[in-house]
Amino acid sequence: MSGFPELTSGHRPVGVVSFAQYDNVRREDAHNEVEMLMPVVAEVFGSIGITKDDVGFICSGSTDYLVGGPFSFVTALDAVGVWPPRAESHVEMDGAWALYEAWVLLQEGEIDAALVYCFGRSSPGDLSEIMALQLDPYYMAPLWPDPTSLAALQAQALIDSGRASESDFAAIASRARRSALANPKAQLAYDRSPEELLGEDYEVAPLRRHALPPLTDGCAAVVLAAGDRAYELCERPAFITGIDHRIETHAIGARDLTRSPSTQLAGEKAGVATKKVDQAELHAPYAHQEMILVDALNLSDDVALSPSGGALAANPMMSAGLIRIGESARAIWSGQADRAVAHATSGPCLQQNLVCVLEGV
Amino acid sequence: MTEPVTMMAATTRLDYVFTAGVAQSKNLHGLEEGKFIGQRCPKCKKVYTLSRGSCPVDGLPTDEIVELPNTGTVTTYCVVNVPFAGQSIEIPYICAQILLDGANLSFMGLIQEIPIDQIRMGLRVEAVWVEPDELGPTMASVKYFRPSGEPDAEFDSYKEYL
Ligand SMILES: [Zn+2]
Repeated sequence: MSGFPELTSGHRPVGVVSFAQYDNVRREDAHNEVEMLMPVVAEVFGSIGITKDDVGFICSGSTDYLVGGPFSFVTALDAVGVWPPRAESHVEMDGAWALYEAWVLLQEGEIDAALVYCFGRSSPGDLSEIMALQLDPYYMAPLWPDPTSLAALQAQALIDSGRASESDFAAIASRARRSALANPKAQLAYDRSPEELLGEDYEVAPLRRHALPPLTDGCAAVVLAAGDRAYELCERPAFITGIDHRIETHAIGARDLTRSPSTQLAGEKAGVATKKVDQAELHAPYAHQEMILVDALNLSDDVALSPSGGALAANPMMSAGLIRIGESARAIWSGQADRAVAHATSGPCLQQNLVCVLEGV
Repeated sequence: MTEPVTMMAATTRLDYVFTAGVAQSKNLHGLEEGKFIGQRCPKCKKVYTLSRGSCPVDGLPTDEIVELPNTGTVTTYCVVNVPFAGQSIEIPYICAQILLDGANLSFMGLIQEIPIDQIRMGLRVEAVWVEPDELGPTMASVKYFRPSGEPDAEFDSYKEYL
């Protein structure tokens, strides 16, 4: 046992001690959600030698809109097996927010470990239509704007502000996909120069194909453990020293899309700047969003950005945020990083953001 | 002057491709052949019909395939007397939970060929399938269940499935 890091959020050290994710693919049509989750849950428990009976709480993140059926999160519990009955909860959000709920419960001190999982498939429906329904139902949703068109407005605003160019977007996409070559779970990885990428056609100007995330089916799981229990399960737990999430107005026209004040505030509350950051896993589905996040978190040039390739390498809905936390934890377990920032986003154009700072001792 | 807009209709429709998965596909292909297929849990040995591929108690894949018989027991039931939109059967009719012999999970089925006032818990029933050329990967392949003529099942034999 090597002690615990100083905490910015909470008073009880809670660490990420296990992480597993499904093979991110364009279309998983052989297995249903339960069949996708079962091997992931088995791996996240099995790799640290525990079972479902060793966690005091289960929290999941998903949305029925992706499946097209009600209460899909209830049937997904069949992948864990919840007998005898156990404390369980669900958020209609990315798994990163499910992790936040589990972290809050662990702060209370009644339980020592929790399972967090999430799942999201982009393939059963038309994702661009489904995502339009998260918008305000009176003025925005009836126009059915797809997420790429909204992101393109944001990218254009960033260009108009003079702080970015299309070449910057291509450079980010090129770096992310090259990093992804080392990530066995990446769906989209390649070694192509920014110049080559700029030869692609526009999907929605100013965004070319490379600046868009892939459509992904996937799922992921994490085990959290508190205090000494974390060291029993993991040699070097990735302790959550700071975690916070903030949201901006749903009225897109009322936001300055070139800035992310919610990320900035969450980053401040989570204590990002209190010590050196070795790496940051940013949930930036569109390439230009990475620039907005780096700015909001005030990350310096020596911070390694999304070494896994980030959401440009694989973007399973409701899961890509939790995967950022899992990848950050993995970097701490291996000693590749001592302090890592993980970020998750939700809503159009980075509307809602969660920042989680992880440290190893 | 034009009237102010006070109301608008914003219609929403989303289409989905349903993924049955490995386990449910086996169930559905069984129905296509006029038989019930179950899956057994490797740990608790329970057999699930129309399962999503896992044991909801143990969270383990139910990989072992079990062919189930055509007969079962009514564990509980209700008589539908209320008309509703889209109703395809003439009221009153009987909806029952049916536990197939050898299965550990009941499912809902229609009961016919019995007077409404004679439906009861423990009634032994058998499946009546549609004509062979009408069989498909759907529960609609089972037309309905009817009394099999066997003596009623003992309450103890199905009390765990209510
Ligand atoms: Zn079982």
